[in-house]
Amino acid sequence: MRKIRVLAAKPGLDGHDRGVKVIAAALRDAGMEVIYTGLRQTAEQIVNAAMQEDADVIAMSILSGAHEYIFPRVMELMREKGLDDVLVIGGGIIPEEDVPALKAAGIAEVFGPGTNTKDIVEYIRNNLKRSLN
Amino acid sequence: MSNSEFQEKLAKWQAKVDKLQAKHPERKERFTTLSGLPVDRLYLPPEPGPDYAAKLGFPGAYPFTRGVQPTMYRGRFWTMRQYAGFATAKESNRRYRYLLEQGQTGLSVAFDLPTQIGYDSDHELSRGEVGKVGVSISSLADMEVLLDQIPLDKVSTSMTINAPAGVLLAMYIAVGEKQGVAAKQLRGTIQNDILKEYSSRGTYIYPPKPSMRIITDIFAYCAGEVPQWNTISISGYHIREAGSTAVQEVAFTLANGLAYVKAAVDAGLKVDEFGPRLSFFFNAHSDFLEEVAKYRAARRLWARLMRERFGAADPKSLMVRFHTQTAGCSLTAQQPKNNIVRVAFQAMSAVLGGTQSLHTNSMDEALCLPTQEAVTIALRTQQIIAYESGVTETIDPLAGSYYIEKLTDEIESQAYDYIQKIDEMGGAPEAIENGYVQREIQEAAYAYQKAVESGERVVVGVNKFTAKAEPLGEILRVDHAVREARVKELAQLRSQRNNQAVQANLAALKKAAQGDENLMPKFLDCVRVYATLGEICDTLRGVYGEYQAPSTI
Repeated sequence: MRKIRVLAAKPGLDGHDRGVKVIAAALRDAGMEVIYTGLRQTAEQIVNAAMQEDADVIAMSILSGAHEYIFPRVMELMREKGLDDVLVIGGGIIPEEDVPALKAAGIAEVFGPGTNTKDIVEYIRNNLKRSLN
Repeated sequence: MSNSEFQEKLAKWQAKVDKLQAKHPERKERFTTLSGLPVDRLYLPPEPGPDYAAKLGFPGAYPFTRGVQPTMYRGRFWTMRQYAGFATAKESNRRYRYLLEQGQTGLSVAFDLPTQIGYDSDHELSRGEVGKVGVSISSLADMEVLLDQIPLDKVSTSMTINAPAGVLLAMYIAVGEKQGVAAKQLRGTIQNDILKEYSSRGTYIYPPKPSMRIITDIFAYCAGEVPQWNTISISGYHIREAGSTAVQEVAFTLANGLAYVKAAVDAGLKVDEFGPRLSFFFNAHSDFLEEVAKYRAARRLWARLMRERFGAADPKSLMVRFHTQTAGCSLTAQQPKNNIVRVAFQAMSAVLGGTQSLHTNSMDEALCLPTQEAVTIALRTQQIIAYESGVTETIDPLAGSYYIEKLTDEIESQAYDYIQKIDEMGGAPEAIENGYVQREIQEAAYAYQKAVESGERVVVGVNKFTAKAEPLGEILRVDHAVREARVKELAQLRSQRNNQAVQANLAALKKAAQGDENLMPKFLDCVRVYATLGEICDTLRGVYGEYQAPSTI
């Protein structure tokens, strides 16, 4: 069985990368391969990176409030490119009341402050859309 | 130290106090506890040991361990300064005026991310970000609205702006001119600390070398023209938020500080010309006594470094005058009202550590920008510490505690070890460009996360004493329509201003950037004719290029 490939991404102009780096380290320790995009990624750059890296998962982190615009934009581009077998999750400072709209746009799950990284690991393992064989 | 040496320093301090008292008397004639017991200005060891004067000394004198002013809060409280800004200049102006009415004593402007990275609000990359984490400012016209009816000769203003700091300062000066307030009267701070942007906060634009040159230009310009302005706020706050330890916060902040001083001295400035306007910004995290010791250690270490390495002689060049903000990263989304208590303890540590100004976070900030109710409680927290707690009645009340003094020594010594390591790499810019600082911080962040997840570190409401989620109620949201309105405003501005003058001044800026003429007067010329922030920063991007961050994971 191959390793799960995760693209950890920072969309938008937000520079807060403590969370995404901690999660990248935790996913790696859990045996996944993690590619981190670095800061200030546009939706286009993220979707292109996911294609190039053949990612099974995209994990995006935003703390600036721009999730309302950028998360759905990423999903739109994913659909355009036919990337419907990639699991997309998000995290950061995201008000509870925004979550239903993000899920409707195709974000599978949203993890807020205080999340245990083991919950994210488990979630990814249980919800992959692709086979690892 | 001999007894006579101690007596001599004591007499010097006493003389300074007397002089100060004649000019600005203390808040009260008599200070007492709640039960009426007398409280002295300063408590000293009964028999000062050999190193008391060397390590602790007297408030307002080298090495400043006990504080930077001779009377500290008996003279005047710290500045209560809540960081605020959201949506449009108009809405933010309303919040500032509310805060001033509530007894806040200084302004602190939060800009949105496009402004911080030098994009106008109609730029493609601004989509989704306009007005979100702060106020959107694209031109002098916005700044005029932001500061409407705020008397710039009376209020001091701190602006959290780094890569484009010179441009925003130029706008502030230009608004002052329109209010009839001369630049020499303006008081405030620009953050202007690019090195921690590369390592911890992420709102950089240009590469380190030209960025350091712009900072040096600002130091030089302000020394003559805006002499009461703090030209930089060397910030450990964001280093800590990114996950560092207290020791790393002190070490990386002071290492960055040394790099700025060196750059300015190398550019031909005299350390005592710009040194007095350097200011600092620290985090107040949750380990109460460690934080108190941290501020004391930072003061002592910086004073020594400035004296030994740069021969600074003006006491003001040796002082760590600092702003503090309570730790955003310690706030929990779970049981958010508990955050009020966390913030109160953190704020108290900053006061016991001798801060010059303070921002207390609002309880809802793990979820959104603060509502007016939440920010009012945060401000009241400071007022309770100042007016009710009694800790302000004597100077440096925890001095002499075995634990506090040991922690102060330990933090100073470990921070100094880091600084030496960074020296060996060539200084802070090199240690950041090779990713060392970022790796140290992210390792500390991950170690902390693992400790929380294993239960070794308890976070109440998160990994212990958890409860079913209770929604907070009202949260503050910034409407999407803000961007659409801003795009229209900018289009109007661009069509109404004198575009020939804009182009001419941008061309002059470009020429100065290619040479070594000071950029500040050029920024002023540009903003006065309503060139936008984006146009100015694009001009410099054209000359300097943009920073590419190294990968550290």
